[in-house]
Amino acid sequence: MMKAYRWLLPHPLVTLLLAVVWTVLQNDISAGMIVFGLILGVIIPWGTSIWWPDTPQGFHMGKMITYTLMVLWDIMVANVQVAWIVLTRPNSKLRPAWIVVPLELRQPEAITILAGTITLTPGTVSADLSDEGHSLLVHVLDTDDADAVRDEIKHRYERRLKEIFA
Amino acid sequence: MTAEIIGIYAVTVALLVGAGFALVGAIGLVRFNDSMTRMHAPTKVGTVGIGSLLLASMIHSYTFGDGSMHEVLIMAFLFVTAPISANFIAKVNIHKRACDTPPTPPRDDTWSTLSIPEADREIAEPKQG
Repeated sequence: MMKAYRWLLPHPLVTLLLAVVWTVLQNDISAGMIVFGLILGVIIPWGTSIWWPDTPQGFHMGKMITYTLMVLWDIMVANVQVAWIVLTRPNSKLRPAWIVVPLELRQPEAITILAGTITLTPGTVSADLSDEGHSLLVHVLDTDDADAVRDEIKHRYERRLKEIFA
Repeated sequence: MTAEIIGIYAVTVALLVGAGFALVGAIGLVRFNDSMTRMHAPTKVGTVGIGSLLLASMIHSYTFGDGSMHEVLIMAFLFVTAPISANFIAKVNIHKRACDTPPTPPRDDTWSTLSIPEADREIAEPKQG
């Protein structure tokens, strides 16, 4: 039973996501559209499962939702901060820096989310990953304390992602 | 009637905020002086700018006539793809040595963009003389 379920639905959350995206795309919540969305949601992950063999095992949906809300709030704050820097700080006083974030996360999915979060939040862009994936290179727009930025990334985002993908 | 007036004001505020952030993003793109810092302005300010414009579109559609949820999807796709393009621009910068050389990573040999496979070493670093 479990095996048939795994074979048919290799990524249950992707199935759900595809069904929701399809329904929203049609802008019309009717039984037909939901069923068609679910059909797509079964066929697409099943057809592409060969290219995504290592599904992340533990995934805490509730923690992911609080994480998303926190990141959205951070993005708002970050935008105001960056807009302020853009408008008021002269180029000569800008202190851009590279920082290296050593990663404790191992799953590619978790590292992708972390890198995306870093790019979307306060004055930081994730630029590169080291060749064996043990650290992340981040570019900071303006900082006087690079270590503090690194610790904040580790404490605020990576710790939470470790709990989500526990 | 009042609902329509509130709707109009909400749309106006959202449009102004969105346009303002988009303008700041454009200013940042023009005034910073190297490509790595330039990248910061559009990637972040752009997301809230566009998000606010989409919010205006959504409020408008719900106040006058058929509601539309497409904006939520546009926003979701934008949030997923914006970091990827920023990452690509950063990688090109590192690859072309157009920015300060990043510090070496503590545990691994080098950054993946700078790592050259054994077979390509000769092309990438031609022998002197």
